[in-house]
Amino acid sequence: MRSIAQINEKIKKGKAVVVTAEEVIDIVKEKGYKEAYETIDVVTTGTFGPMCSSGVFINFGHSNPPIRMQSIMLNDVPAYGGLAAVDTYIGATEVSQKRGMEYGGGHLIEDLIAGKDIKLHALSNGTDCYPRKEILTTINKDNINQAYMYNPRNAYQNYPAATNSTNKTIYTYMGTLLPNYGNITYSTSGELSPLLNDPYLRTIGVGTRIFLGGGIGYVAWQGTQHKVEVERSANGVPVVNAATLAVIGDIKQMSTKYVRGAVFDRYGVTLFVGIGVPIPILDEEMLKFVSVKNSEIYTKLVDKSGNVNIDKKFNYAELRSGTVKFNGKNVHTAPLSSLYVARNIALTLKDWINRGDFELTEKVTGLPFENKVNSLEIREIK
Amino acid sequence: MGKLKLKLTFDKDCVTRPIIYELVKKYDVMTNILNANIEYGNRGNMILEIKGKDENLKLALEYFKDLRVKYEIYAEAIIWDEKRCISCGSCTAVCPTQALTMGKDDLLHFDKDKCVVCQLCINACPIRIISVEL
Ligand code: SF4
Ligand code: SF4
Repeated sequence: MRSIAQINEKIKKGKAVVVTAEEVIDIVKEKGYKEAYETIDVVTTGTFGPMCSSGVFINFGHSNPPIRMQSIMLNDVPAYGGLAAVDTYIGATEVSQKRGMEYGGGHLIEDLIAGKDIKLHALSNGTDCYPRKEILTTINKDNINQAYMYNPRNAYQNYPAATNSTNKTIYTYMGTLLPNYGNITYSTSGELSPLLNDPYLRTIGVGTRIFLGGGIGYVAWQGTQHKVEVERSANGVPVVNAATLAVIGDIKQMSTKYVRGAVFDRYGVTLFVGIGVPIPILDEEMLKFVSVKNSEIYTKLVDKSGNVNIDKKFNYAELRSGTVKFNGKNVHTAPLSSLYVARNIALTLKDWINRGDFELTEKVTGLPFENKVNSLEIREIK
Repeated sequence: MGKLKLKLTFDKDCVTRPIIYELVKKYDVMTNILNANIEYGNRGNMILEIKGKDENLKLALEYFKDLRVKYEIYAEAIIWDEKRCISCGSCTAVCPTQALTMGKDDLLHFDKDKCVVCQLCINACPIRIISVEL
């Protein structure tokens, strides 16, 4: 057994052994679990994919005379006006009232992080203490107060691959899906993905310090639609979407290398978010979890047109090969999340820990491990 | 030496003729079939690249006319802004000719020679960094 406090002592002395969730696979192959556990203290993970449930809280500061903003536009993208006088929240999927889907909350967040000037236009009814009724100005990340990302649902633990059974192309948040099972898309960093390396959330909980968008962030809470009672493979890894994280972090530390606005054709705006979670190797069991390989991580295939209930699973080694056999045919597969950037995140986090800039945290409390997800029923209004 | 990228559309009569053979033999051009979709005894189309002396390329086009093979020349080119690419792979989902592929290094690779300028990738790229040059 090894404690997080012991690992942090080693990090302070520059003696911790840190490897990525890809590198650990070869080490285990060479040395076996026992010896690998004895040498490795921390395994870093990473993911960089489209995460629609993301957004940023901003405080603009007060103007003179002050305004109590009720309707707020940032580069013509509506932001939430129901938070005190000069606080707002801008969600990634909001779209521009002038440019539609080509520019939205996701792009605005990227521009904010890039340090660009952003047009702020806000209206108010005016009050005795906040007499101003309109404001038109520009803001950027250096002249506003707090600006922190709070993403209600990120880092999905697995996600079904997508295809299309109909005879027409469909446009989805899983990309463009060609007719008659013409392609399959999937979104994961597989063996590098944070929650796939800790399938039962032994080490990840509220307060866990993470890499978020290029800066330091924290796990704030269970993500929305967090689900744990799901079908799992024998190794404990879910075969469908399962646990999720709500994460928080200062955008002033972030980089557009790890936060990018994006558009899914005829679907809408989203945000690519980079997340990396360090996993302390507390015992041999944790080492086993983090050494999971793409060929051991399965995901279900889903018909995104909603017509056919497909009963088929693929592992990520198959999906990443570029073609899979499905219904007796070779079907082309394509990723949606960037493995290249995910690997870069895991390596960056490893580097931070090696340099002593990043210590691990004990979770303040665990994420729920018993729950059910409600669906929204159509109920009669009384 | 010149190079042309063509889309050929055949009807019933010419599908049975050894067009590629005749092209190579008569006009001394190098051919590269990028995509072909031909039903025997029926209509079909083919995306073909031909390389050769400029005068021979002209003669080859005359030959298509004589055979009543309809052709379109691809004059545009796809521009990929590599510096801004995040290598997500979304564009590879729609590319019909494998001009866009994920490499062993997990970066996106673009093979211009295989591109038939179908333009499907332009809107499939969530970062909007693929465009067409006229
Ligand atoms: S235009 Fe794009 S999708 Fe079409 S062949 Fe060229 S690279 Fe592939
Ligand atoms: S979809 Fe765009 S960003 Fe993604 S790999 Fe293709 S060109 Fe690069």
